[in-house]
Amino acid sequence: MLYNIFIDPFVQMAQMPDLLVQTLWEGLVSGVLYALIALGFVLIFKASGVFNFAQGIMVVFSALTLVGFYDKFSAAGFSGHVAAFVALILTAAVMFVLAMLVERVVLRPLVNQPDIILFMATFGITYVLIGFGEMVFGGDPKQMIASELYLPSGSVDVEMLGGLVSFQKIDIAAAVIASVMIVGLALFFQKTRIGRALRAVADSHKAALSVGISLNQIWVIVWFAAGLVALVTGIMWGARSDVSFALEIVALKALPVLVLGGLTSVPGAIVGGLIIGIGEKLGEFYWGPLLGGGIESWFAYAIALLFLLYRPQGLFGDKIIERI
Amino acid sequence: MFYRETGQFKQSYAADQAVFPILQDRLGLAVILLVAFVAVPLFGNEFLLASVMVPFLILSLGAIGLNILVGYTGLLSLGSAAFMGVGAYSAYKLSTIFPGVNILVWILCSGFFAAGIGVLFGLPSLRIKGFYLAVATLAAQFFLQWCFVRISWLYNDNPSGAIEVPARTLFGLAITGPSATPVTRYLVVLVIVAVMTLLASNIVHGRIGRTWMAVRDMDIAAQLMGIRLLPAKLLAFAVSSFYCGVSGALMVFLWLGAAEPSAFDIKLSFLLLFMVIIGGLGSMIGSFFGAALIHILPIVIRMLPEALGLPIAAATVEHLTYLIVGALIIFFLIVEPHGLARLWQIAKQKLRVWPFPY
Repeated sequence: MLYNIFIDPFVQMAQMPDLLVQTLWEGLVSGVLYALIALGFVLIFKASGVFNFAQGIMVVFSALTLVGFYDKFSAAGFSGHVAAFVALILTAAVMFVLAMLVERVVLRPLVNQPDIILFMATFGITYVLIGFGEMVFGGDPKQMIASELYLPSGSVDVEMLGGLVSFQKIDIAAAVIASVMIVGLALFFQKTRIGRALRAVADSHKAALSVGISLNQIWVIVWFAAGLVALVTGIMWGARSDVSFALEIVALKALPVLVLGGLTSVPGAIVGGLIIGIGEKLGEFYWGPLLGGGIESWFAYAIALLFLLYRPQGLFGDKIIERI
Repeated sequence: MFYRETGQFKQSYAADQAVFPILQDRLGLAVILLVAFVAVPLFGNEFLLASVMVPFLILSLGAIGLNILVGYTGLLSLGSAAFMGVGAYSAYKLSTIFPGVNILVWILCSGFFAAGIGVLFGLPSLRIKGFYLAVATLAAQFFLQWCFVRISWLYNDNPSGAIEVPARTLFGLAITGPSATPVTRYLVVLVIVAVMTLLASNIVHGRIGRTWMAVRDMDIAAQLMGIRLLPAKLLAFAVSSFYCGVSGALMVFLWLGAAEPSAFDIKLSFLLLFMVIIGGLGSMIGSFFGAALIHILPIVIRMLPEALGLPIAAATVEHLTYLIVGALIIFFLIVEPHGLARLWQIAKQKLRVWPFPY
């Protein structure tokens, strides 16, 4: 038994390095996608202290909106790349309206309430978006318009380490786009005026208000940014599988990523995503059969729990200082 | 005018410390109990008893359990459905291994199994706080649900993977299984819920409850005052899981009749959390209000179009239910962030000074 747990998996890894690389790559890709969802959470948590449970459904909602717009266009005889990008812009506009609505209807009346109340309010947003989305778009899975958005398909097979490792092109694209987006966000946070205001709000709401930063404006911007991140995540994830409300469950996977990295840290979301993605795939592939399979559903949480016991604020989270 | 303490003199400490010190409160409670025990079973139809009242009471019990953890001790948990599942599965195992023992004994015993598992998953709570703890309890949720699917011993190797409740009797009356009438099931649930609510109310009003509230308000300060955090937090996890476990066992044995692992999925955890927060954190009566709102509201919304004669497809009604429940959650949070229990308190205060505004 002990042999099966501690030695056999590593022997397998050493014997078939190509399989190991393939598993690592798959873990890396799902890690990047988890990180993207977690990034949306972090953006909102940093700027408003709201643990936004609706981020997962925003991913689904934005992807469905995009596909819905495109379907409308192609039904009117206007299809192809241009239509896809017009749909993309319109979806971004919808996400902006959503951000405005959330700020106006939900956040503004609830300002200064305890965290858990705001957390619950995002549950309310989740329910509203599920109900609205299903009513407008229906519950059937939809095909993401990947090729219209110039996203590559197919795979690249590379011969290495005595075997064939296949990389899906869409995965490579996802990794590249995610990295670009992360760099972009980092620059936005560090270099721009709005980014500086965002960081000020994250530090202290009151101090930010006192130097003339409009909280309401900042919140709209942050929710819009999170909406754009959700849109990109939705496109990437939708291109790998179908666009459906089942994605919402995947979004729950972003929670361990989030706490592992620390709720307030953008790099934490990335590193956490990679650790969880790779750990999950390795665990499922090498240790899963011992436990009867299907451990993917809870393995991520177990990893996060282990890390948390060692560092309660996550790997990169702000140190929790408690005063009496 | 009708509801005030004036003129009600207490002549002993016991009377002064009573849970309901005001006569009108005691009368009100008596009326509620009378309605619940006599009027509802006599006049309620089968739908009201089996689909509204029984689930409402069972969910209230679960909400009380979660409220002890979230509302009184301040430990956010998203794994309560899994603890309900532990209760359900252990009651099922116990009642099939020892069919001779009364089923009520096993339903209550199953709470202890849930409490044990709850303590185990509560251990990290000493180090992990807030939302981080919520995610840690998600580990319990997904791990336990995985166990319910994968460990076939738990459901007696039933090929369908579900647990089916065996028929059991109490005083010669069938209370579980297909032959049990809604009235008997309702009364059994009502008795258990009433007794356990009284117990919970006594716990939270006593020394233990005060310890929990001190931990909730600021755990470091509580520690400085000589409260040992680990026992206090673990006790909260144990009691909370006990209540959730019993409610889960009741849910399968007296409400659903059979259950698959998916009955205890994360959605149920979220529903319980809604009930606790909409009802009011740290309030017994709030748990009932919350359960009533969250359980009965969708039923009403589903029945409305039919009653009004509106031709709406069933799927649309389902989506509308989501939309309206979500909007109402936000609405209630904005109107009264402290929950329905707070509205109840305000109403009582208004009654106290009526007919004057203050």
